[in-house]
Amino acid sequence: MSTLKIPVGSTDHIQGDQNAALTLVEYGDYECPHCEHAYLIVKRVQKHFGKRLRFVFRNFPLGEMHPHAEFAAETAEFAGTHGKFWEMHDLLYESQNRLGGELFQELAKRLKLASADLLTALETREFLDRVRADFAGGVRSGVNGTPTFFINGQRHDAPFEYADLVAAIEAVLQSK
Amino acid sequence: MTALLPPGTSAPEFTLLVTPDQSLSLSELRGQPVILAFYPADWSPVCGDQMALYNEILCEFQKFKAQLLGISVDGVWCHEAFAKDRHLHFPLLADFEPKGAVAQKYGAYRKIEGFCERALFVLDKNGIIVWSYCSPVAVNPGADGILEALESLPK
Repeated sequence: MSTLKIPVGSTDHIQGDQNAALTLVEYGDYECPHCEHAYLIVKRVQKHFGKRLRFVFRNFPLGEMHPHAEFAAETAEFAGTHGKFWEMHDLLYESQNRLGGELFQELAKRLKLASADLLTALETREFLDRVRADFAGGVRSGVNGTPTFFINGQRHDAPFEYADLVAAIEAVLQSK
Repeated sequence: MTALLPPGTSAPEFTLLVTPDQSLSLSELRGQPVILAFYPADWSPVCGDQMALYNEILCEFQKFKAQLLGISVDGVWCHEAFAKDRHLHFPLLADFEPKGAVAQKYGAYRKIEGFCERALFVLDKNGIIVWSYCSPVAVNPGADGILEALESLPK
């Protein structure tokens, strides 16, 4: 069974209570339709478990397959440096069918971020190392496609519909 | 399930077609680590299937100068179309005729279904198997085991 090799730390994007009993880590790609499907499921799962669960998103863009995926991930990281990672993360998934430079500019403006700075960051690939570091860590942990979930460090090797994820997380909770 | 060839075994030699008019022999790769990835079939209908994933992380394998070979019972024309569609940058070998013969030598063939196991082998530069792993057919094994095996090789 593959396990998370890179512990959740201060550089991660984390939603929820730091001391939550459960940690759900997703390795995702903004251009992957399965991740888009998982996006709303994760929101429901978060609601279901409330304070018992914290959620971590890490980048795993499949750049050979998805030409916009790395740029989308860099856009979210750019927003993250201005405290708006999750807002951008959500907007990117909600507009997955329009990914591209124009959309990134539009979303930056919508979040009141300096769109010219975003343009520079994407041109200079300022956040590519960060994105690739997430990716390399994911590979080490046995990420085997997108999305890949880890529940308290164990790779979730089963479907990720709402009921599946809730059941898998409940099982971890009971075993504690 | 048959047993995979275990670590310490010399990897059986083979010559398979890699394009419609080119073949590759395992012994041509002596001197560098080799990753053999047997897999059931081209065209699995998911994003980031096993071969696509390996394609994304080739640079991680190249840090160890390792050559990755994908092997399934699909024919060369099928491999060619699949590799083109997925932009694969590593060879896919056709264990096509006699069907599955190479996979059988490695203990990586599912006779009843007639396709390869999802089996991984890491060979050292002398062609000795240093690590092998068989994943349930439905589970993409990822690459963590491969990288750990490559790391364990003497520098």
